[in-house]
Parts: sequence; structure tokens; C-alpha cells
Amino acid sequence: MSALRPLPRWADVVLLPLLNLLLAFIVSGLVVLGIGHNPFTAIWAIVTGAFGNGYNIGYTLYYATNFVFAGLAVAVAAHGGLFNIGGNGQAYVAGLGVILVALALQDTHWLLIAPVAILAAAAFGGFWAFIPGWLQAKRGSHVVITTIMFNFIASALMIYMLNRVLKPAGVSGPESAMIAEAGRMPKLGQFFAPFNYTPVNFSIFLAIAALVGVYVLVWHTRFGYALRVMGQNPTAARYAGISNSRMIMLTMTLSGALAGMVAFNEVLGVQNRLVLDFVADAGFVGIAVALMGRNHPVGIALAALLFGALYQGGNELQYVISGLDRTVVVIIQALVILFTGAMEGLFRPGLQHTLMLFSPEQKAEAIERETVKSES
Amino acid sequence: MDIQMLLSLLDATIRLSTPLLLACLAGLYSERSGVFDIGLEGKMLMAAFAAGAVAAMTGSAWAGLLAALAISIMTALLQGAAAISLRGNQLIAGVAINMLAAGLTTFLGQQWFRQGGRTPQLSGEGRFGAIELPFAREIGQIPLIGPIYQELISGHYILVYVAFLAVPVTAYVLYRTRFGLRLRAVGENPKAVDTAGISVVRLRYQAVLITGLLCGFAGAYFSIAQGSGFGNNMTAGKGFIALAALIFAKWKPVPAMFTCLLFGFLDALQIRLQGARFGGIEIPVQAIQALPYVLTVVLLAGFIGKAVGPKAGGVPYTKER
Repeated sequence: MSALRPLPRWADVVLLPLLNLLLAFIVSGLVVLGIGHNPFTAIWAIVTGAFGNGYNIGYTLYYATNFVFAGLAVAVAAHGGLFNIGGNGQAYVAGLGVILVALALQDTHWLLIAPVAILAAAAFGGFWAFIPGWLQAKRGSHVVITTIMFNFIASALMIYMLNRVLKPAGVSGPESAMIAEAGRMPKLGQFFAPFNYTPVNFSIFLAIAALVGVYVLVWHTRFGYALRVMGQNPTAARYAGISNSRMIMLTMTLSGALAGMVAFNEVLGVQNRLVLDFVADAGFVGIAVALMGRNHPVGIALAALLFGALYQGGNELQYVISGLDRTVVVIIQALVILFTGAMEGLFRPGLQHTLMLFSPEQKAEAIERETVKSES
Repeated sequence: MDIQMLLSLLDATIRLSTPLLLACLAGLYSERSGVFDIGLEGKMLMAAFAAGAVAAMTGSAWAGLLAALAISIMTALLQGAAAISLRGNQLIAGVAINMLAAGLTTFLGQQWFRQGGRTPQLSGEGRFGAIELPFAREIGQIPLIGPIYQELISGHYILVYVAFLAVPVTAYVLYRTRFGLRLRAVGENPKAVDTAGISVVRLRYQAVLITGLLCGFAGAYFSIAQGSGFGNNMTAGKGFIALAALIFAKWKPVPAMFTCLLFGFLDALQIRLQGARFGGIEIPVQAIQALPYVLTVVLLAGFIGKAVGPKAGGVPYTKER
């Protein structure tokens, strides 16, 4: 038999992720069933909870905004062959940049604060990813391990900052002062009534810009080309005159800067102050989003919407089926990562076999075999 | 600081370093065989939940321990299937396992026991008790050595002794047995092992199995020895400290023990240092909490020594066709 051909693009990009998603849903459905609930009721509750009315959609879009940033952060690094699991820590530290800028300029106007805060978030988040990047580029320590460590270091640092530095007098909890009204990102609800009382804000436009920006950067610039060459084959990149160590540092910084935008959305758009654990593991959702979205901005936008819907729908789940809550979404998310990221080998060979049966070359080969057989 | 305080600090060090040590040795087997494991945390969490749940239902700590071992091994095999048989990305498999464990334990805990994710409080036989070593009271009368034996060495949970016994056992297995030689070889150069007619896949599965087993002990320690019942996200990042310890110890069993003791000591110290002052300067507790991670990064960067992992780590083995 002939060797397996690689999957056609549409199967790789659309069919395989969908199959994996389906499998994740089936397994989580079985868990729900095992608990004694009807999985279809649960799915319907999630769908209506995510898209049922303007309020629900507003929340879905708010979550999706975070997940776009986190997903892009993972994807940019992945194009360069780097696995950045430090999105959580980078976003967390970026919150520091956002709040410092916002509190310093809060009496001006959000139009002034926003660009400065974007730069600050990018600088702080980027810096937190630059160190692991620098360590890998210059000292050879694996970026996966160092970014994990940096997540924990960030957590300790931010607890300290919130408790000792940013906490205003008279506030008991570990949180910063509130940003003045004028300094906050406007909510979409102010302009579009159905989104009233939802956290979705102007940051969503930044997310869209980031999607377009990453697309242009990765596929239409010299940097993006160098990035992809390094991701595919670092040795070839070196022979082509690309400095891998410089690229690693740049890529990680960019990745961290993108993760930092989660803080922009949360701090300036939603919480309007810095609170403990505001990142809420968005960095890890980003891994699922990037894997589902095949590291492409279009895929990431869709996957971020999907996970945004799952998170928001998961929140509403408890009102429909008592006892079921968002943790079931964490299970789905874990299974998506498992199936799309680590168990790709599950469907791919079977799919390759199946698709080959329909390919013209295969048909020609089969006919040839038949004729040889009948002639002998 | 008097002797009694010192003893209690060291006693706490042993208690806190036990789960680290078990998880660290667990990771050692897997990583030495060439399978990176950042899913130690998830396996421990699954085991902690299984132990807490089964011990609560049966009233027996031993049944809880068995359940912990079984669940942890099954989780390890799932991760192994992804990393070894399906040749998937080992790191992503680890991330998925951690997330799956966090989701499943919270979800099932809430569904089964309806106490906000906690399993029912254990008492009596449902929990491992402290073991008094022979003559603890008699030897305890001897000055200096006595209290050390009575309070530091005697009077721990059985899993503490399992953990510290696992160190020489691991050292022996790794450096003195045929299996150990092959394990080390397969992590460095799987092709050579394959050429010698030994199955790489089989060896790696064996390693992952031991990893699951040890993570099972570590998880059970949290919920049915140190604690009395499972609580949400009970392992609280200890799996990653264990991973840090493994790197810090350069993937060697005896240094692993000392590193885990050091990290356990930092943990014990941190609890006692809340608000303490040294020469007018208050040391932030968070600085001590972050120290294991900072130390590991510094070591990884080669500023103090150099940590180089098994060469074939993280790469799925593909036999040439």
C-alpha cells in the first residue's frame, strides 16, 4: 500500500478540529450523564445562556475578548515553535502597568489613557515574557519551564503589590483604588441598548485590531516570515541568516504583550481597578483557543467566541439545572486541549485512510491494481 | 529560637516536603524515560480527590489510598497514551491533564457531596494516623538525640516513611538494576535502546506507570493524611514546585530529596515568618513563597551550576519505517 498522504487543507483546518470538539463534547456529555443529568438539556442551556438575548451575548463577547488576546499570545509563540504557557502571569503583571497608567492619568480622558495603557500593558506583559525568552535564547533554559515558574512568581509579586503597595488606605481587601469614571473604557451598552449591564467594552475593537495585526504580521511581513521559518526549522533559519536568539526574544516579548491586553480589557474595561486573580486562567483558555483555531486569526476568533459562549453559557447553566455549573466547561476545555493538542494521532491516520479512498490518485491506483490482477 | 521551636520547624519541614518528594520522584521516572511531565499537579489532584471520596464512603483510609493509586495510574496512562502511543505533544498533554483534574474534581466533588467541592470530613479509620516508632517514648528521654528521634523521626503518617524510603529505592533501581539502566538510556538515546532490541514504548509506559503510582501516594497524602478530606484545588501548585525541585536536583533521586526538604523548609518557614522583622526590615512572605521558583529559574539559566535534562525528553519516539 502507498504511504499515507497528508490531509487536504480543509480537513486539517476544519474537519479535524470539529471532530475533536465533538469528541470533547461527547466525553463531557457522558460525565454529565453519569451524574444523572440530561446532556442535551445542558447543551441547550449553554447555547441559550450564551446567545439567548443581548445581555447573554454581551457577556459572551466580553469573555471572547479576553480569549482572543490570550489565544493570539499562544499562537504567535507557536508560529515560532515556542510554547508560551505563561499567559496568565504575563497578563497578571500587565495589570500593574495598566493600573499605574490609569490611576496617574485618571482625571484626563479615556481617549488619552487607552493608548498609554495599551503601551504599558504591552511593556509589562512583554517584559514578563521577555525574561523567559532571553533565558532560552542566551542561556538555553526551556521556555516552557521558565514561563510556568514565572506564573507563580507573578502571582506572588502581585499579591505583594496589591496588599502592600496599591491598596489605598481604608480598603480592607487586596485591591487597588478605583479608576475615575472618565478614565474607564466605554461599555458597548452605552451605545447599543441590548448590551446594557454587560462588561463588553471598547477593548473588543482592540481585539479585532489585534487579530488583523497578527494576520498581517505573521503572513505578510519579513518578521512573520522569519518567525515561521524558525518555527518550522531553526537550523534552516540560521542558515538563512535569521538570528534565532533575537527572534526568540522578540517573539516572546510580542506574545507577552498580546497576553497583556487581557489586563487592558479586565482592568480598564471591566473591573476598573486591580483585583486579585483578575486573569482567571484566561491564559490557559488561550492554549485551547490557539489549538482549536489552528494558530490562525480567523480560527482564533471563532474559537474565542466558542469558548466565550461556553464560559457565559456555563455561568447560566446553574440557573437551568441546579447543581451544574461552569466547572463542566473547564472539563470540556481540558478535553479540547487534550484531543486537539496532544491526541491528534487519534483521528488523523483514520481520516487519512478514509479520505484517500476518495482521492482521484487512489482511484487510479486501485483501477491499475485491478487490471494487473485481471491480466495475470 | 529555642530547641523546641527548631524541632517543630523541622517537623513541619518533613510534613510539607513529603508530597513534594513523592511527586518529584514520580516526575523523575517519567522524565528520565524521555517523557516530560508537567501534569504531576493534575495526577496528584485526581488522586487526592479519589482518596478523599473513597475514604469518606468506605470509612477506610486504605481503601482511599487504593483508589488514589488506581485513579492516578489511570490518569498517567491517559497522558502516556497521548505522549507515547499517539506521539502527541507531551507538554500540551500535561496542561490538559492539569485542567481536566481541576475541572473533574471540582465538578464531581460538588455533585456527589454537595459541600462546595469538599468531601466529607474524615475521622478515625478514614484517615491515616501518626505512626509511633518503637521505643519512641523511651529514647525520647535521652537528651538531644531523644527529642530528635521522638518528634522528628517518629510520629509521622505512613506515607511520610513511604516517601523517604522511595529515595534509596529509586536510587537503587535507577543506578543498580537493568531496568534503571534501560530507563536512563531510553531518555538519552531511545534509538540505541531500540537497536538493542528493547521496546522503547514498553519502557516508557513502565516509567509512566511508576509516575502514576507515586503521584497517587502524593495525592492521598493531601486528603487522607495531612488533611481530613479533599478540598478544592487542594494541591495548590505543589506539583509545579515538585517539578521545580526535579530540575533543581538535576533529575537525580538523592539531590531530589534534599531539594524537596529545602523547598519544604522554605514553606514551613514562610508560615512562621508572617509579619516577622529582621533588623527593621520586614521580609514579605511572598518573597519566600516565590523563592523555589526563582531559584529554579536561576539554576536553569546556568548562573549557579547547570541543569540539563534527559536529552530525548519531550520528543516522541518514531521508529524508522
